[in-house]
Amino acid sequence: MGTFHQGKSELHGITVVVDTDGPVVYIGRCDDENEHEVILLDAADHDAESEGSSKDDYIAKAAKFGIWKKHDRISIPRGEVVSIRRLGEISG
Amino acid sequence: MYDPTLVAPMREELTRIGVTELTTAEEVDQFMGDKSGTTLVVVNSVCGCAAGSARPGVTLALQQSDAKPTRVATVFAGQDREATERARSYFAEVPPSSPSMALFRDGELVHFVPRHAIEGKDAIGVANDLAAAFGEHCKSE
Repeated sequence: MGTFHQGKSELHGITVVVDTDGPVVYIGRCDDENEHEVILLDAADHDAESEGSSKDDYIAKAAKFGIWKKHDRISIPRGEVVSIRRLGEISG
Repeated sequence: MYDPTLVAPMREELTRIGVTELTTAEEVDQFMGDKSGTTLVVVNSVCGCAAGSARPGVTLALQQSDAKPTRVATVFAGQDREATERARSYFAEVPPSSPSMALFRDGELVHFVPRHAIEGKDAIGVANDLAAAFGEHCKSE
């Protein structure tokens, strides 16, 4: 038994890794996605240029235990997104 | 916070199989104070995206595994906030998520199942992963 979330994308409620065409990768619980944006809740962003570890290292660490939330909600412009993957399908 | 009448069946899915429900910080401290053997703490939650398979997954694992934790408790995230925060303080090195599960042996965290490891799995998948952790860390009956 659980709650239901009608009218959302199929990734609604799933923790995803949103990679961009820049140095930043986002991880969070997908609220919705459309042609304009990807909306994440309880999300974190990681800048591989300024934070001293690669995107892959950050993702691998997150895949093991999860992420420390930095944002309650974040909207990522669709034009910046190069991939969306389920965090649960990435080996930690 | 959700209506308690909506949440009650979600609590009962675990309590009816003998899981101890902890609703206050004091109850958590009392339960976690006994560090002998193995302890599973289930952080329950309302959202059906993951909790809908987490609860039956826990049930299946506890019913079917030869190896089981000595004691099992649950706190309800978003409902019993004080108890949940206190429970999470026992595995503070892990980012909070719900539903999730923490397995302790002699008071030390030895296995953690975060929400994202539950998402997309059915109850059998959750149970299999949990049973594997029980097999590694808990004694068989």
